[in-house]
Amino acid sequence: MNTKIRWIRKNLFKGYFNTALSLSLITFFLWFFYNFFNWLVIDSVLLGDADTCRQASGACLAFIVDKTRFIFFGFYPESETWRPITAIVIFFIIVFYSRLKTRWNRRLLFNWMYCGLVIWLLMRGGYFGLVKVETNNWGGLPLTLMLATVGMIFSYPIGILLAMGRQSKLPLIKYLCIIYIEMIRGVPLISLLFMSSVMMPLFLPEGFSPDKIMRAQGAIIMFISAYMAEVVRGGLQAIPKGQYEAADAMGLTYWQKMKLIILPQALKIVIPPTVNTAIGMFKDTSLVIIIALFDLMYTTKASMQDSNWLGFSVEAYLFVALIYFIFCNLISRMGRLFEKEFGA
Amino acid sequence: MKFWDDQKNREKVYQLLALLAVIGLGLFFYSNTKANLEKQNIATGFSFFDQVAGFEISESLIEYNSEDSYLQALVVGVLNTLKIAIIGNVLAVFLGIFIGVCRLSKNWPLAKLAQGYVEIIRNIPLLLQLFFWYAMFTEIFPGVRQALTPMPGVFLSNRGIMFPSLEYSPVYLYMGVAFFLTMIFGYFLRRYAKKIQDQTGKQIPYVLYILGPLVILPLLIWFIGGSPLTLHLPKLQGFNFTGGISVSPEFLSLLMGLVLYTSAFIAEIVRSGIQSVQKGQEEAAEALGLKSYLVLTLVILPQALRVIIPPLTSQLLNLTKNSSLAVAIAYPDFVNIANTTMNQTGQAIELISLIILVYLTFSLLTSLFMNWFNKKMALVER
Amino acid sequence: MENQATFGDILVKILIVMVLLTSSTVFSVVKTSTLENIKLHKVLKCGVSAGLAGFSAPNSKGKWQGLDVDICRAIAAAVFGDVNKVQYIALSAQQRFVALQSGEIDVLSRNSTFTLTRDTSLGLNFAPVVYYDGQGFMVKRKDRVSKISDLNGASICIQQGTTTELNLADYFRANNLKFKPVVFENNDEVTQAFVKGRCDALTTDISGLAAEKSKFKNPDNYVILTEIISKEPLAPVVRHGDDSWFDVVKYVIYALITAEEFGITSQNIDSFFKTKNPKIKRFLGITKGNGKALGLDEKWAYNIVKMVGNYHEIFERNVGKQSSLKLERGVNALWKNGGLHYSPPFK
Repeated sequence: MNTKIRWIRKNLFKGYFNTALSLSLITFFLWFFYNFFNWLVIDSVLLGDADTCRQASGACLAFIVDKTRFIFFGFYPESETWRPITAIVIFFIIVFYSRLKTRWNRRLLFNWMYCGLVIWLLMRGGYFGLVKVETNNWGGLPLTLMLATVGMIFSYPIGILLAMGRQSKLPLIKYLCIIYIEMIRGVPLISLLFMSSVMMPLFLPEGFSPDKIMRAQGAIIMFISAYMAEVVRGGLQAIPKGQYEAADAMGLTYWQKMKLIILPQALKIVIPPTVNTAIGMFKDTSLVIIIALFDLMYTTKASMQDSNWLGFSVEAYLFVALIYFIFCNLISRMGRLFEKEFGA
Repeated sequence: MKFWDDQKNREKVYQLLALLAVIGLGLFFYSNTKANLEKQNIATGFSFFDQVAGFEISESLIEYNSEDSYLQALVVGVLNTLKIAIIGNVLAVFLGIFIGVCRLSKNWPLAKLAQGYVEIIRNIPLLLQLFFWYAMFTEIFPGVRQALTPMPGVFLSNRGIMFPSLEYSPVYLYMGVAFFLTMIFGYFLRRYAKKIQDQTGKQIPYVLYILGPLVILPLLIWFIGGSPLTLHLPKLQGFNFTGGISVSPEFLSLLMGLVLYTSAFIAEIVRSGIQSVQKGQEEAAEALGLKSYLVLTLVILPQALRVIIPPLTSQLLNLTKNSSLAVAIAYPDFVNIANTTMNQTGQAIELISLIILVYLTFSLLTSLFMNWFNKKMALVER
Repeated sequence: MENQATFGDILVKILIVMVLLTSSTVFSVVKTSTLENIKLHKVLKCGVSAGLAGFSAPNSKGKWQGLDVDICRAIAAAVFGDVNKVQYIALSAQQRFVALQSGEIDVLSRNSTFTLTRDTSLGLNFAPVVYYDGQGFMVKRKDRVSKISDLNGASICIQQGTTTELNLADYFRANNLKFKPVVFENNDEVTQAFVKGRCDALTTDISGLAAEKSKFKNPDNYVILTEIISKEPLAPVVRHGDDSWFDVVKYVIYALITAEEFGITSQNIDSFFKTKNPKIKRFLGITKGNGKALGLDEKWAYNIVKMVGNYHEIFERNVGKQSSLKLERGVNALWKNGGLHYSPPFK
């Protein structure tokens, strides 16, 4: 008890200034949470329509309840809602399964591939009596998760290759990698997305043009792999020169050296920035709204535009902010878990 | 020895192949594009630059109207992007340093508040935050006729904030010159004071000497000039306020979103920078009897800066690039205007290349500036 | 160092794969006409607006509806005899023409205004007009605006990438009026900003204003001004350079109008099989020839009318009396009734 009081005295009430600051901040906290709680719980409307909401002074949770399905799944046919739900569950199972280092082997890779295939078949349909759903109608959370996961799976190895290329002693390869990395890092993601949606079709032969989602996915991979390359490069540079020299002395080839000696150490060091990049990418998927893909953000915005429910954007934004917050937190938790697993 | 057995030769061949592949890919794209455009009879090139743009832009730093050319419209866009980038970066750095220092405060509630701020802001997409602030502006502030007046002459409504503006008078120019000259004088005084301090250890409170003239001189000139003071008050006329300076809600929400978002990242950088300075440095400074703010500004921050500057640079670049999200909330930045131009002219390739070029230039300039600053700040090893 | 894989060895492998991939994509694309391509893939890719009530908007079950959508369905009926073989691709105003130029879509049916620049330098071909429109303004009733000149100094919400933006600037300039533009990329956001009071007026095509107004909670609080500042002939669009596909789209639209001229509807069409009128016989494909000329089934026009209806039905169902927009036929009536719709003979 005594230690607690001492802690409080030391951290809250040391000197006049600190005391005043602490007291005013605590008052502010209490005031804020009191009002927020009132708004969210006491005065809110959980069931009812827009008119009951307008009369109440609190949050309009009824709006969220009414729109949850649309926000999560967009234009995916209502009768088929179980399919994206199952797909997300499968996704979580495989992610949860991969949390342990001991399971990181070739089999896991195949498991991921199987799961990816199952999710694809489930979402797309057209087989086994499932109604076919075009990718145009995919939306909401599955789309956001897909853009982020596929983006990560592809941009990580590409980023490693680019980082190695940038460190390469072959000048031409080095400069090509530098040009790519610096070009991409110098431009905003939305201009790449515009490019993928507006220009890429012109680059390709007529009639050979992947759909909008694929093109956006391509732009995201291009963008993130440049950032990933810089993260990995940090790791490569942090490995002491002796390690490289020792590997060379053993007569290992470049690829053996990288695969067995350098990369395992380098990638371990850069787990924290890698996780930050992953979080950044998860947030950046929200930019596809600008090229009219119905991701989580767009479905939220679209549901706000229902003329029956005008004027509840604060509720909707807070709701979707919460979803993003939870996922970003999950990613950073996973990052910490990996750090522990790999003993970095 | 055969040609192929020499690693040098092999490397050369591989590089050549890589180059050929890149060139081949480029040619492949080029020929497709050319064929696609030719078939559809689309004109290429930048000749659209001097055509009449025909659209209006809501805010501009230079004179612009719909009869000006596309080039002028694009310049307006570049300037608007620069405006948001410069103001945003300056504010974000100050706010970020403040929050970073708060996070390390010994005051527990303050540290927790700063930590909560950083955690929340960093885990929510910037675009969402922009939408949120924009919605707050347009939904919470009253219409233009019921505008709030927190101060006389200042109006707050969902059309933005209106301030009174000063009518220009040549006296202001002289005041500016006086201010500037005093500053230059102050700079030399500071050098002199440093020299004296180095030689004799005597401190000259040069800041105090300068502060007086810095305020008094311009004021004096103002009085001599007949104290001109004509305010243009914003007045409600018809639909909108006229007169005065208006700041649009689009600009404000973009600025607010960018500054709050970036400052959370800068705060983390500042925190880790400060933590990288050894504890002994702080203790030694305290032992010398320095006040706590002097410990921070004279001992800790200059050392922390070395760690802070490189990641800070990339945050400044991020803010500049992120300002392109303006397109989502109707602020006429460069990307927004380039998009409009793309619609009117159909010159997608030219305009996207232009966007890439402009942002690359911004990135390059920021990097150059920060490298210069970094060199200036780097420890001089003896 | 012999027999050891170097960075370069792997690079060679990557290069080979790349070259193979690239060449395979080059050779796999057999250049065919748009019509053949559509028949090959058994689907018509039709670009529509992401949400404009009456023209193209997904209903609560996610099914697309509207006048523009019915044009897509009519084309599918003509090509496949099946209105469901359409893939709808929602496009923003900005993406629409590029999507068409790049071949992402086969036809753009997205309330696009027929203009000279678009027809020429954008590499587009405009099919016959499906809706004659004009740009108007919507204001709030409480603002007591009765004519456009009352809007001097007002903030006006507009959508980016439309002819609207240019017309507005031109009109206000010509009449020495001032305005502040508030420009959004997305149609819904434009409307939102207007409703929330960010702007004093909303401007777009009259039909669009009616569509937005029909969605409002209290439509009576808003007024659409009677003045019209521009001509907006809205028409489907195809790419330059494929005339036979252009013909197909053109005559699908004329077929809708011709059917109305003949008084043929989806309800009564089967009764016309006994007709003696050679014009109708040719139209319905009883007398063969038209279908072959267009590269379609001889029953193409029959399929259109049977499955989608004639122009009158489409109009009334989507934007006319049976819809929430309640627009009058006005200039969109047949030429016989004082309107502008006129079809060349089906000979």
